[in-house]
Amino acid sequence: MTIETVEYPRSTAGKKTNWERVGWAFMRGSGVLLVILIFGHLFTNLMVGKGIQAIDFAFVAGKWADPFWQVWDALMLVLAFIHGSNGMRTIVNDYVSKEATRKALIGVIWAAAIILIVLGLLVVFTFDPCPAGSPAELLPSICKA
Amino acid sequence: MPAAQTDASTIDSAARPAKKPRKGGTLYRGNEGMWSWVLHRITGVAIFFFLLVHVLDTALVRVSPEAYNAAIGTYQTPIMGLGEVGLVGAIVYHAFNGIRIILIDFLPGGAKHQKLMFWIVIGLFVVTMLGFAPRHLVNVFEHAAVGH
Repeated sequence: MTIETVEYPRSTAGKKTNWERVGWAFMRGSGVLLVILIFGHLFTNLMVGKGIQAIDFAFVAGKWADPFWQVWDALMLVLAFIHGSNGMRTIVNDYVSKEATRKALIGVIWAAAIILIVLGLLVVFTFDPCPAGSPAELLPSICKA
Repeated sequence: MPAAQTDASTIDSAARPAKKPRKGGTLYRGNEGMWSWVLHRITGVAIFFFLLVHVLDTALVRVSPEAYNAAIGTYQTPIMGLGEVGLVGAIVYHAFNGIRIILIDFLPGGAKHQKLMFWIVIGLFVVTMLGFAPRHLVNVFEHAAVGH
């Protein structure tokens, strides 16, 4: 018996998006950006000056007074959550063989990611560095004006 | 052809040196390739769970300065300070090994150098942590010794 024609199921021409391939590419692209974003985050917060000792409300308020750090932190938040959730999804796919459990766990992972991305973005962009009624010594110096 | 088969098996057993029994039996041991993967998973999961907590504690800036300062104060204790060295270590490993994975995928013949690249990752990890850990621990323990 001879095979007369060979089908090539791997050809993706005209087919719908291969989301596993998109995910594969995203993990690499976001990974490179996250190395830069997180190393920068750790350096400014833990290595410069008194490091973790210096972190308090006034420190965060001082940083987020600058749109540069707002965008930096927002980008880091979104990329880290998608990257992390997709990694967790891969692990669940590897170890959870029961279909209902697998789907439920992946649902929980993405639900947590969406809730925390929305919460985080709201915090970064609606942040008030000088909340009324707070003791002046807890606030950044920009509030005195 | 039974004759040829006998021939082949005779040559086979004569040419091959006696098999050394491996320690640990037949359990798969993938060496650098496997351990880099195991570490990548463990550090990834650890970082993910920290990320969940870290967004929540940072969100306290929206509650009040007092609430945020109380939460961040717990990160400045000696035990948490040691934990932060572990966290940063997990991030540094995951970052460098992630770059190794990208190089394996995209560098021509990258997979051939995965072992060497693993040891470069370990080397860079050690150098980075030698830069970070002492400085961070001095910050944490000076703070603990002096107090508020």
